[in-house]
Amino acid sequence: MRRRSTFLLTAMCFGFAFLYVPILSLIVYSFNESRLVTVWGGFSTRWYGELLRDEQVLEAALLSLQIGVVTATAAVLLGTLAGLLLARFGRFRGRLLFSGMVSAPLVMPEVITGLSLLLLFVSAEQLIGWPSGRGMDTITIAHITFCMAYVAVIVQSRLSSLDESMEEAAMDLGARPAKVFLVITLPIIAPALISGWLLAFTLSLDDLVIASFVSGPGSSTLPMVIFSKVRLGVSPDINALATIIILIVTVFVIIAGVLMSRQEKARARDAQRALQTQD
Amino acid sequence: MDQVSDATAQPSGRRPAAEFADTPWLDPAARPFIDVRGVTKKFGDFVAVDDVDLQIYRGELFCLLGASGCGKSTLLRMLAGFEAATGGQILIDGTDMAGIAPYERPVNMMFQSYALFPHMTVESNVAFGLKQERVPRGEIRDRVAEALQLVQLSAFAKRKPHQLSGGQRQRVALARSLVKRPKVLLLDEPLGALDKKLREQTQFELMNIQDEVGITFVVVTHDQEEAMTLSTRIAVMNQGRISQVGTPSEIYEFPGNRFVADFIGSINLLEGRVAYETDDFVAVLCPELESELRIDHGPSVQEGQKVWVAIRPEKIAIRPDSGGALPAGNAVRGVVEGLGYLGSETIYRVRLDGNGDGGAAGGRMIEATAPNLTRSARRAVDWDDPVVLTWDSAAGVVLTS
Repeated sequence: MRRRSTFLLTAMCFGFAFLYVPILSLIVYSFNESRLVTVWGGFSTRWYGELLRDEQVLEAALLSLQIGVVTATAAVLLGTLAGLLLARFGRFRGRLLFSGMVSAPLVMPEVITGLSLLLLFVSAEQLIGWPSGRGMDTITIAHITFCMAYVAVIVQSRLSSLDESMEEAAMDLGARPAKVFLVITLPIIAPALISGWLLAFTLSLDDLVIASFVSGPGSSTLPMVIFSKVRLGVSPDINALATIIILIVTVFVIIAGVLMSRQEKARARDAQRALQTQD
Repeated sequence: MDQVSDATAQPSGRRPAAEFADTPWLDPAARPFIDVRGVTKKFGDFVAVDDVDLQIYRGELFCLLGASGCGKSTLLRMLAGFEAATGGQILIDGTDMAGIAPYERPVNMMFQSYALFPHMTVESNVAFGLKQERVPRGEIRDRVAEALQLVQLSAFAKRKPHQLSGGQRQRVALARSLVKRPKVLLLDEPLGALDKKLREQTQFELMNIQDEVGITFVVVTHDQEEAMTLSTRIAVMNQGRISQVGTPSEIYEFPGNRFVADFIGSINLLEGRVAYETDDFVAVLCPELESELRIDHGPSVQEGQKVWVAIRPEKIAIRPDSGGALPAGNAVRGVVEGLGYLGSETIYRVRLDGNGDGGAAGGRMIEATAPNLTRSARRAVDWDDPVVLTWDSAAGVVLTS
């Protein structure tokens, strides 16, 4: 085997160290006995136990999950409609403006999105009395607003690579347009919808800035709780919480990776078989 | 079958008289099965289909032939209902198709890309159309099995489209569009995505299947060889208009105008003026040729009228020039300037001697082909040989447009 260059090896080590040393140290310190985060006091899992008894963190986690699920689902519904319009409606007056406006939330600074939504909610409450106060509802609406843009972009790109004659063929064979969408288009773009949902869910779970603007008393999402706890000084149970989150994410990524590579292999095998049985 | 037998019950949709069984377009009493009347389609300012009239009869295998952008696909899509005509009328089996959605038309289409549903098995792909009609489950199973057998794919029923080769996908698409037993099957470049060998084989399969099911086929193609092999009749399209409609041999041997003559196969077009007309032939004087051209049975022409004479290369005989006088008409002298050996035949490109001025350069090029009848390695005519080209007075066609 060819000897690898020392320079490349060093570069790789530094790169990985840069990415993973902080995370590793966080995981290691989550098993720290000591109350002082930076002083090693022996191995222990006491902070995990403490975390499970921390009502505030559990509540926030539950709230974040709820918001995430509702947001992702609604964003997929609305984003798919926007994506469909962009990919299928052909040319219409103001199409460029529309597509630019749909993707604006992708590049808009979060502070501006958050602030403008806060202003909207406040004046809407004054004008029509809804939403009364700020809480889970307003956070969810705010999250749907910016997640929708991501879903629209994903769905649009999937749809534009879809052979339109497939839909025409279904119609030609007697299916009405609504049926064509349900039976042909939807199953074919399903992977895009799933990845759009997961992306929206992650974005919602992750968001601190926008949620801070539009949340109200008693409705703190998990990132908000973590942030406020850390501001008072890093406590070891946050390390434990972070470790759990990392663990969950890792498991999901591995499962998705395994599934995708299996699918890829099956596809390659099928293609091979098709070539062999060609007549 | 229901749709079809319903149609036969109508008096006008009766079976053609026996003498016209294979050529219903000659039967004066026959009513066209597909009647395209003055159909125009505009996309903005662009006229894709320009005032087209077309009659297609029951059981025909009709080809729309033309270069890309000539409007043939647009015409097909109007028959399927994916495009609405800007003007004119389309009747299928006597019913005006205006305002009838694609999913309500008695036609099915086979797409150029096949458009198989990737998430369904071969079986479900074929069954899709029947399910939309709410055909009972048992009948669906039987008819799908029958359709797959017709295209010899019974063994592949459980496969997904991406597990099939191109030729197999093509046949699934065919089975899927045939299984509903439409009145008309529209095929958009059905063999376009196949390689040459498979295409030739599939052409004959397609003809056999059409013969077996007896459905009227309308095929769009840009491949003239495909059109010639498959069709009962061909419509040659050019810039949204129909240049000529006829059987393959009519189109080839009696092209109606210069576009058709030039588009189908290779041809020598000679421009000239009518010199005189006898009972037997028309004589055309062509400034590029020494001798006059004599052509049997032309269209009625006037003396002095500008015409084109079209002669197919394979109808021109080539022989070494042994000196001596040329026959009175349809003979020219020249020199072989190019020679293409194709195996089955050889193409000669012959530069004609100038008009009587003793072989000045710049004479006209005439193409002649000759079948290679023997395996002899030595050619009777070779590069730079002086030759005489002759042809029969029945070989050429006089074109006035």
